[in-house]
Parts: sequence; C-alpha cells; structure tokens
Amino acid sequence: MIDTPDSSRRKPAPTGEAGLEEARLRQQAIGVKLRHMFDEVVNEPIPDEFLAILRRADDKAGEKGGE
Amino acid sequence: MSVSSSRPPAPPKPPSADDAGFKRELVTLIPHLRAFARTLTGDPTAADDLAQDAMMKAWDARASYQMGTNMKAWTFMILRNQFYSEKRRSWRQSQLDQEAAERTLVAVDDPEAPVALDELRMALNTLPEEQREALILVGAGGFAYEEAAEICNCAVGTVKSRVSRARRALLATLERGGYARDGKAAGDAMRSILADADRLSGARQV
Repeated sequence: MIDTPDSSRRKPAPTGEAGLEEARLRQQAIGVKLRHMFDEVVNEPIPDEFLAILRRADDKAGEKGGE
Repeated sequence: MSVSSSRPPAPPKPPSADDAGFKRELVTLIPHLRAFARTLTGDPTAADDLAQDAMMKAWDARASYQMGTNMKAWTFMILRNQFYSEKRRSWRQSQLDQEAAERTLVAVDDPEAPVALDELRMALNTLPEEQREALILVGAGGFAYEEAAEICNCAVGTVKSRVSRARRALLATLERGGYARDGKAAGDAMRSILADADRLSGARQV
C-alpha cells in the first residue's frame, strides 16, 4: 500500500512562525470585528420603550408599597 | 438584614433608595442587554422584546440582587435564561435563512459598502449556540471566563474550550470560502474582515 502524502496533508498550512503569526493576525481581526459588532448595538441610543416600561414598573411599585 | 425562614414572606418592598440605585444601574445596562440579545436572536425586534423581558425580570427580582455584586453578569444570566425558556416554548427564527445570508454576502463585495459586518454575523450563526454565546460573552462582552461560566451555568474549563473551538471554527468558516458564489473567489469573507479590522483599529487610534 502506498501512502499518498497529499491525503494526509491536503492543504498544506503555511508552516512555522509565519503561519502562526498569520493565524494570530486573523484571529485578532475577527476579535476586533466581533467587538465592533457588539459595540455598535451598545452605542445605539436606548429606545424610549425601555425607559417607559421601567417608569410604569416604578409607578406600580409606588402604589403597592405606598401605604 | 438577615432573612429568617420562620417569618411569613415579606410584603413587596416599598420604593426605596435601594430601588433608585438599582434602577440607575439597570438603565446603564440596557444597551449591553440589547447587544447580547441581538447576538442570541439575530433579529433586532425579537432582541428588543427579549431585552425588555429580561429587564423587567431583573427589576422584579431586584430584592434578590445583592448591591455591589456584578449586576451586568446577573442581568445577562437572566436574559440568557429567558431566551432559552422562550425558545423551548417555541419561537426561534428557523435556523438562519440561507438565502438571506447569501444575498448579504454578495453585497459585501462592494468596497464602498457601509461597514460590512455581515459575513462575520453569518459565520457566527453557523456556530453551535453554546460556542457562539461563550465567544460573544468573552470576546465582545468583556466578561472574564469565570463570569461567562457563571452566566452560562457551566464550568470555567467548559467556557474556555467553547471559546477556543468557536474561534477556530469561525476562522475556518471565514477562510473556507463557503461563501464563494457567482464566480467570486473563495476567501473574500476573511479578506474583508482583515480590511475592516485594519480600518476599525486605525480609526480607534485617532
């Protein structure tokens, strides 16, 4: 039986430090975008609805505990 | 104040200085809850519904929150529990609509397109849920592994391995060119991410 070298290494990854460095850069880029994606929503103004709901909850608490 | 178990259940807390402080802190967390909800549901409207529910659950449970502990992690836990219990009850956008995914990715080709984040979002959606949430909490939400473990109710080691598997899978997906279509070269997704990241970190340094 002949072991074909390319069956085990179909897509030779860049070897050595250059390859590692490249992978690290790519992970870093993904990280930057991931944070950006999240922060984009964080930086949106809070929709009024949220605050209105809290205000109503507050009023309710006031009625209940007011006596 | 210690709770004695022989006492009858306490009446609803009257509005207090504590409530006001709690509310102030809760309001500062709304943007983060919305962002986390967005990543869980993938849909802005469903996400805001979820975030509102979580906010109200947190408000109603405020008596059980200990001031001074990590309120962000606590509310994220509430939101996550809410998400999974609603999901069990059934609403869940059917697994990401493949056609919508492809339409968006075609648009990514335009270098003038407004911040092309969608290829990342698509790739995120191919991850198993528990890997996606772990990666979001740690990689975007700013949580330590220990906090993420608490939020997800699992071991710290489990979170670490989920995050690392998620990172590897994302990279592979983005590089695989599974997005190649209409003669577009494979790997465009990763190239676009690299370019965007460059631009984003350049802008940040100004």
